[in-house]
Order: sequence, then C-alpha cells, then structure tokens
Amino acid sequence: MGIFEYAPAPESRDIANLKDHYRPFIGGEFVDGSGEPLKTVNPATEEILAEVGTASVSDVDTAVRAARKAYDTVWSKMPGSERAKYLFRIARLIQERSRELAVLESLDNGKPIKESRDSDVPTAAAHFFYHAGWADKLDYAGYGPNPKPLGVAGQVIPWNFPLLMLAWKIAPALATGNTVVLKPAETTPLTALVFAEICQQAELPPGVVNILPGAGDIGAAVVEHGDVDKIAFTGSTEVGKLIQRTVAGTRKKLTLELGGKAANVVFDDAPLDQAVEGIVNGIFFNQGHVCCAGSRLLVQESVAEEVMEKLRYRVSTLRMGDPLDKNTDIGAINSAEQLAKIRGLVESGDAEGAQRWTSPCPVPDRGFFFAPTVFSDVHQSMRIAREEIFGPVLSVLTFRTPDEAVAKANNTPYGLSAGIWTEKGSRILWMANKLRAGVVWANTFNRFDPAAPFGGYQESGFGREGGRTGLEAYLSV
Amino acid sequence: MTTTTSPNAAPDTPAPLADVTRDEASLRRFLHGLPGVDQVGVEQRAAALGTRSIKKDAKRWAIDTAISMVDLTTLEGADTRGKVRGLAAKALRPDPERQDCPRVAAVCVYPDMVEAAVDALKGSAVHVASVATGFPSGRTSREVKLADTRLAVEYGADEVDMVIDRGAFLEGRYMDVFDEIRAIKAACGEAHLKVILETGELATYDNVRRASWLALLAGGDFIKTSTGKVSPAATLPVTHVMLQAVHDWHEQTGELRGVKPAGGIRTAKDAIKYLVAVHEVAGEQWLTPNLFRFGASSLLNDLLLQRRTQVDGHYSGPDYVTVD
Repeated sequence: MGIFEYAPAPESRDIANLKDHYRPFIGGEFVDGSGEPLKTVNPATEEILAEVGTASVSDVDTAVRAARKAYDTVWSKMPGSERAKYLFRIARLIQERSRELAVLESLDNGKPIKESRDSDVPTAAAHFFYHAGWADKLDYAGYGPNPKPLGVAGQVIPWNFPLLMLAWKIAPALATGNTVVLKPAETTPLTALVFAEICQQAELPPGVVNILPGAGDIGAAVVEHGDVDKIAFTGSTEVGKLIQRTVAGTRKKLTLELGGKAANVVFDDAPLDQAVEGIVNGIFFNQGHVCCAGSRLLVQESVAEEVMEKLRYRVSTLRMGDPLDKNTDIGAINSAEQLAKIRGLVESGDAEGAQRWTSPCPVPDRGFFFAPTVFSDVHQSMRIAREEIFGPVLSVLTFRTPDEAVAKANNTPYGLSAGIWTEKGSRILWMANKLRAGVVWANTFNRFDPAAPFGGYQESGFGREGGRTGLEAYLSV
Repeated sequence: MTTTTSPNAAPDTPAPLADVTRDEASLRRFLHGLPGVDQVGVEQRAAALGTRSIKKDAKRWAIDTAISMVDLTTLEGADTRGKVRGLAAKALRPDPERQDCPRVAAVCVYPDMVEAAVDALKGSAVHVASVATGFPSGRTSREVKLADTRLAVEYGADEVDMVIDRGAFLEGRYMDVFDEIRAIKAACGEAHLKVILETGELATYDNVRRASWLALLAGGDFIKTSTGKVSPAATLPVTHVMLQAVHDWHEQTGELRGVKPAGGIRTAKDAIKYLVAVHEVAGEQWLTPNLFRFGASSLLNDLLLQRRTQVDGHYSGPDYVTVD
C-alpha cells in the first residue's frame, strides 16, 4: 500500500515461552517417548522452533493403560459436579495463559495473531466453560437418566486449529466422564503440550488426559488399540475413510469431522458489501485452512460482475505477512507440503480454463505463503470446484434461480457447511431446509459457538461436536 | 471534485445514472434497488478495522493528516464575532509554538458569522464553511433555505453545509429531497456543497445508504453524517456505509465525492480509526482534505496534544494547547 503505511506491531515471540524440547504427556507426567523426535517448524520463517519427542506404538499402549486406569479408578466414579470443577479450572487457566498460547499457536501454525488471540484461544476456553456446565447436568441432556460414559477416547486432531480442535475433543470427553488419549498433528504439536502443562496446573488426576505427539502411524496405533472405546477424528476425508475401515466391526464408537467444499450462495438481493466481507471471511480466514471454508462462491448471475468487482477490491486490501503482526490478515501456509498441494490444484484450475486472479499484495521472500487467489469462470466439472483445496483459493460459480443454487450447492460429495446471503427471510428458511450441510449460516459465515453443534453430511463425516447433540458422541445412549 | 457548469445551475446527473432521476418512480426504484446493508456485518467490519496498529511514523502522518482535515466548528446560539475570530486564529496557527503544524481545512460557522470568519482568514488557504438551510432542523420553507444559502455565499462562504429534509425522506418523498439538494447546489454557485444526512434520525443503515446516493445523485460534493445536534451523531459503521457509497459512485461515474463525519469525534485515537476506514473502505485517494473532513470542535486539541507527545516524546497536558 502507498502513503498510509501502518506501523508493524508484532507480538514478542518471548511471550510464547518456547522451549528447545517438548515431550509426550502420559499418566500425568512428561516422559521420554520412544519414537523418533520430530522438529517443528515456524511456517512463516522456515526456522526450526523446537524438537518434540514423539510416542512409539508401545507408548500408545502405556498411554491407553494410564487412561483406562484413570477412568476405572477416578474419573468415571467422580460426581459430575467434581468433574465440572476441573473443567472450569482448565478453562480459567487457558484464559490466564491466553497470550502465551496465542503467540505459540501463531508461531507453530502460521496463523495471524489476531485470529489465534481473538478467535482460537477464547473459543477453546469457551468450550471448556460450556462443557463444564454440562458435567453435572447430563441427566437433563435428553439421553435418559444417568447416561454413562464410554471409557477411553482416542482422539486425533488436525493442524489447522491445533488448540481449538483439542478443546472440541477433550472438553466434551471429560465432561461426560471419559478419559482421553489425544494425538496432535505432526506439524503443530506445541500448544497441545502446553495444554498438558495446564492439566498439571489444574491438578487433573494423572491419566485422565494423555497427549502423544507423532505422525500418522501413532494416530493409527491409537485408532487400532484394542482398549479404546471411542474414536474421534478431525482431518482429511482420505484418512477418515481409512479409520472407518479400521474401526468397522469393532465395538468402538466413531465420529468423523472431515473435509468440505462449502457453497457460499449470494442472491441478487443480498447486502452485497457485507456479503463480500462474508466471502472474504469464509475463504481467507486462517488462510483457507478451514474444513468448513466457503470455498465455492455461488453468485447469482445478475449481480456476478458487481460482486466480483467488489470482491477483487476488497481482497486486494488484505495484508499478508508476519503472523505475529496484529495488522496481518493472512498468515503463512502451514507446511511446504500443503503449499505444494495448493499450487498443484491451482495449476489444475489454470489448465482446465478457469480465470485466475491473484491479489497484488506483497509476498514475503521466506516462509510458506500463498497470495489470496480468486478463480472465476469456474464450472462444476472442474477439479477446483469439486476438490477441497485447503488454502486461500476461492472458486466462483454462478447460478440463475434459487433451485439451481440449491442443486449446485448440494452437488458435492461433501456437506459440512453452507452460507446464504439474501435479505429475504423466507428464502433463507427455504434454502436452509434444502441444503445438505451440517451448518448453514445466513448473512454471515464462520461463526462458532460451543452451544451450536457442528458436523457434516456425506464425505464430510458424521457425528456432531458442540451443543447438547455433541454430548451423545461420548455417552452410551 | 465536480465543477459547476454555470452559476445558479446544478450539474446534471452523470450519464450512466441520468435515467435514475427522471421521475419519482424511477428514483424510488433505484434507491430501493440498492443492496441492503447488514447491520451485524457492517458493525463487525468497523470494529475489526478499528484495531489496525498505527504507531510512530504512521501515527505522526495520521495526526497531521487528520489536523489538515478538520473543519473547526462553532455552532452555538451564543456565537459572537469575538468567538469566531478566536477560532479563525486557531485555524491559522493550531499550535503556535510549532510552525510545522499543518493548518485545518476550514472554519465552520452559522451564516451570520461568515463575514467575521472570512475577514479573519483573509489571504489564507483555510476555507470558510457555513451551515445554511435552516440548520439544524431544516424545518422551514425552501425559499428561506435558499435565501439562507445565498446569504452565506454572499458573505463569502466557499463551502455550504446543508441539511436534508429528513421528514420528506422518511415519508418517501425522495424527489422532493433531490430537488431541494439540486436547488441549494445551484444557489451555492462556486461554493462546495456538503449534504448533511443527519444519520441519527434516518435510523437504519439502509436509509443511510439511500440518502447517500440521493445526495450524490443531486450533486452534493460531500456527504456529511450529522449536524452534531442529534444523538447519535457520527459513528464508524455509518461512516463505513457512506465511504462505500462514494467508492461505488466513483466506480460508476469516475467522479470523486467526499465524506464528512461530524459530531462526537473527540480523540486522536478515534480520528485515526476513521482514517483507516477511509484508507481501506473508500481507498487511498480519499486521504486528502479535498475528499475527507472531520466536523469537530474539540478533536483538534487532542490531535495537537498527541502530536506534541509524538514530537517531544512525552505528554504535555491540556494547559499546553490553546482554548478558544
């Protein structure tokens, strides 16, 4: 930008209390895992942040045994009102250490500090507060009197919202009386291990929460372990299918939160300026690393040109750069591997004849960055309209009538979320009924609340997280 | 800015939109066909932009730019020539001890005080603005409003701030409002016309957008939020809607029109939030006193205090700036 240059306002990385070495957390202690240590990288600079000890398959067994013991001897026997106290304590500790967690998350993940600080960490705390409230009220959750926990929950989470996905998984599991073995993503293990410190600070009984950094094989070992009662997974559809095959035929309960290719539908009577904001927020929030990202814009033909003009202007004002700078709107892509995937899909868009437009924003020389990109002239038959890109890339399609909008929006193997932009209330209700998506936002996008269940249709998975419905995944009902 | 074709004739509506103002029905269709404004969305965006970090060089630049955009205003029943001369002196030397401090854009007074202001500002580049048209309620006949405007211009005002007839607007008599703005614009001659929408009385963002377009269609050089006599006066979200309107107007017609939030902006911190909105919503080229103004009386002193804090490295306190 030109004459009005904003001052850099970076958070100090010292706030993250970054250590050289991190270790797995089993039975209430940090222990040396017997897996190969991995190095976690700052995606904005490509510097190594820390060495992280990982678990091996035998450590998985130790952790599951610790979780089982904690479940049998303490956690499942404890009155709900007592469990609630621990959850409240954890929630407050997340708040107390929120700056540390936010900076650490931005360092490890590459997301802008304004998102980790204003969205990820507060929402994570909110999930613990919310579920703390349920812990002693499960009788009134609608699953009959005195519903029982399942036992040991094995949980595998992705790298896009490391701390928040952990909260989504651990809070309901603990509130309902289950114990947990959780594997954070290979590229973003750090906040989960600081969360383990928080469990210690909260004096959570040993073994109730176990955290095992590692790669996919450790996730697989958690899923395959014979003494795990429930699997919860958030991640790619590909891995989700693999897990479903593994779990099939066992007694394990399973919930999957997988990929998405959400339609964001803009009608000609929409509040266009705010629709543009919603489109931007829908796809460029967290660099598009959001399973419910509004990655397919369906805009009514009569306003398509106007929306595209407004959109290009708005996107060109997005500021990309240092994730720790509070002026940054778009941070770094989480890994070199993910950047390569995005590039590959974008090239397929070029090859298949879509029109690519890229924001003229300056791109940092170092680190994994991808400038916000908008494809127009996209058709349903193109890969960029069908496959999840998981990056800051928007595909724009058009429609003529509400029925066509519904048909195109639903024409996807996924079904996690959708957006509707119109000033006509009756059309919102009509569309929301027709759309096959777990969440339908009207005149907004990417809004989350612990009380609102989240989950998908079709290849976006099954089961719900959050709200009263989310409790079912961790209860024997 | 637009040029008047000849004195006493408002410029025609630009070609792409000429049909819009053909008759009452087409004007209504056009205004009601504008995209709505979602309240939650615009307020969220305004709040988010308010968190941009402006420090050091950026802050110094922003403070000086804001000072140069101030319409230093006194609009009291008790205004006297002495008060106006004091204000004019302050407009010329906002910070007497610092010659590098920019001057404000204009001094804004009631029509009967224009002569005093013009006299005191003679030979300087500081403009004289006058609120005319039965300010602030506008509840008088068109003849009186036109006479009020002519008086201000005859006395030497080169900027006129008019109020729209909110009653007519809320009744849906858009053509009456349009005609009146055009008539006043014609009466302004060479003077620039700022059209006050009194957004606090329009109540909804949809109305703010419609009124903005109505004023632009009728030839207003600036759209202005408020008289300062009604609460709420200027707010960030309302200003966002108006900045979006001038941005869209420019996209459609190629013309540049200005925005002036007025009333309730008291601190440098607030003013800087408005500048960020100007930068990111309308666009960089609006960051000039020709296209953006602050209607304010107490804002200037806070800007001066903050300016000194930036230059001297410490805060000096309210006794170190002048009170007029």
